[in-house]
Amino acid sequence: MVSGLTVNERQRALVVLALLAIVGMAMAAFGAMRGDLLQVHGFVVLLFSLVVLAPVLKGYFAPEPPAERLHDYYDDPIKVGIILSMIWAVFGMGVGDWVAWLLAFPDMTFDAAWSSFGRLRPVHTTGVIFGFGGSALIATSFHVMQRTSRARLADQFSPWFVLIGYQLFCILAVSGYLIGITQSKEYAEPEWYADIWLVVVWVVYLLLYLRTLARRKEPHIYVANWYYLAFILVVAILHIVNNLAVPASFAGVKSYSAFSGVQDAMTQWWYGHNAVAFFLTAGFLGMLYYYLPKRAERPIYSYRMSIVGFWGITFFYMWAGSHHLHYTALPDWVQTLGMTFSLMLLIPSWIAAGNALATLNGAWHRVRDDAALRFMMMAAIFYGLSTFEGSFMAIRPVNALSHYTDWTVAHVHAGVLGWDALITFGAFYALVPWLWKRERMYSPVLVEVHFWLALAGTLIYVFAMWNSGIIQGLMWRTYNDSGTLTYSFLDTMIAMHPYYIARAIGGLLFLTGTLIACYNIWMTIRRPAPRAAPAGDTPLPQPGAPLPANPQPAE
Amino acid sequence: MDIQHHMLVAFAKSYGLFYLLAMAAAALIYACWPANRARFDKAARDIIDDEDKPWR
Repeated sequence: MVSGLTVNERQRALVVLALLAIVGMAMAAFGAMRGDLLQVHGFVVLLFSLVVLAPVLKGYFAPEPPAERLHDYYDDPIKVGIILSMIWAVFGMGVGDWVAWLLAFPDMTFDAAWSSFGRLRPVHTTGVIFGFGGSALIATSFHVMQRTSRARLADQFSPWFVLIGYQLFCILAVSGYLIGITQSKEYAEPEWYADIWLVVVWVVYLLLYLRTLARRKEPHIYVANWYYLAFILVVAILHIVNNLAVPASFAGVKSYSAFSGVQDAMTQWWYGHNAVAFFLTAGFLGMLYYYLPKRAERPIYSYRMSIVGFWGITFFYMWAGSHHLHYTALPDWVQTLGMTFSLMLLIPSWIAAGNALATLNGAWHRVRDDAALRFMMMAAIFYGLSTFEGSFMAIRPVNALSHYTDWTVAHVHAGVLGWDALITFGAFYALVPWLWKRERMYSPVLVEVHFWLALAGTLIYVFAMWNSGIIQGLMWRTYNDSGTLTYSFLDTMIAMHPYYIARAIGGLLFLTGTLIACYNIWMTIRRPAPRAAPAGDTPLPQPGAPLPANPQPAE
Repeated sequence: MDIQHHMLVAFAKSYGLFYLLAMAAAALIYACWPANRARFDKAARDIIDDEDKPWR
């Protein structure tokens, strides 16, 4: 990896890492003076820079890479990104299943602060959303931007800066929660210094994408790029606005939000729902619009629909966040606005889901035979289901039943397990053999096993939480003849217990599938590349054979 | 503060509707413009085979 960098780029890496180490030492020193937790994070930053420094130093004196490399796509950061993403998947889903068991058996905290649900739960959400999902989005976006532009990445240094710098953000986030560092904003828990670091990384990411697009040889910008760009640009805006805060001290972790009261709540859920929209939807739709047609070897059913859907999603999602604040101090008309836009969102959402399924129409035999494609098809189905459910749950009277119950948890996991994780696994199963130049995955059988484990795990999880959530919601609103609540909170807990065990088992199945995927990907990478066939030892092309199977116009 | 709130509501309820309609119209016209059809068809087809090398 390092040997692919020029000496100049290796020096730039050394400078950045040395600066990072100095920042880490300064954080540790200032934190120590005030007895602040910043000290711990200073050491985390220092250790991180040293760990990354080791391979750079080891490869520093390797000969310069040949100039011919510039005639190829630059795939090294994509490969590393896929591996990092799978490590985060195991970690994040492992912690997720741990907290699932913890909810069923609360004694499992062993009286330690770090193992309480309140600290482990954000470790799970950050691990899967930002660690697994974010790394997968970065890796696949590097692939899609190069292939659809027919151009090599704009330079070799910034992709590494983005990918590795992003890992530091995730590590700071996750390690912070365990020792009690949080700004208590859901999905935006990391404190001010980690937020500033992410802004730096993200701006480099945006510039890298724009610079690569500017070098494109293909005049038309393929629609998947629009989705990835919306993801990068809007996440930058959301992250900056929602994390506007004043640190109590530059030598301490604590900060105070620039907003207060209901404005703070509205800003947080404007961020929160658009994180779902642009992190967990737009980016992964970019994946869908590239890898699904490519794997199916059929152009997308309607390119026009993908454009209309894109603008629908970008315009509508921005206004939907207030449905998280139904029946609160937020003005009524803002709640109604959020509800209305959430309902309208069904149109662009189903455009995307329908477009994906219509692309596969006529190639169902491929879906049957190819598990990677089946992952993508199932993801499109779950995308359609969970967006329908989301619009439905945003209706105020429905929300009165569903809010604060496990129904929300069911909805989120139908989305992230059924849609985001499945499309990512499908994309990885397609991408790994392409990138490492293998004919196919090490074991197609294990891909099948993974598919059925993931599907079974998702269904068990979602059905358990639907049952649990609706029972919970109904019990909370049941009154007796004298007008008081029939059930105590403890009664609802006892009623939910069996579903919590079922949920943890569903999660365990999903996690097992992910472990199998790691093994399969690892063995695919380790398997020696097939020897090039001797010249002339290939079948002659059939005269007049069409290149893509079942070509269809993009209409 | 009151005036600001009322202004915002009035803005959202009147102008907000029309600028969203205008943006929707712009997106639909771009997507359905007949001259764009060939370009879109080509874009959709071209990604199927792009694994070789960057173009020079």
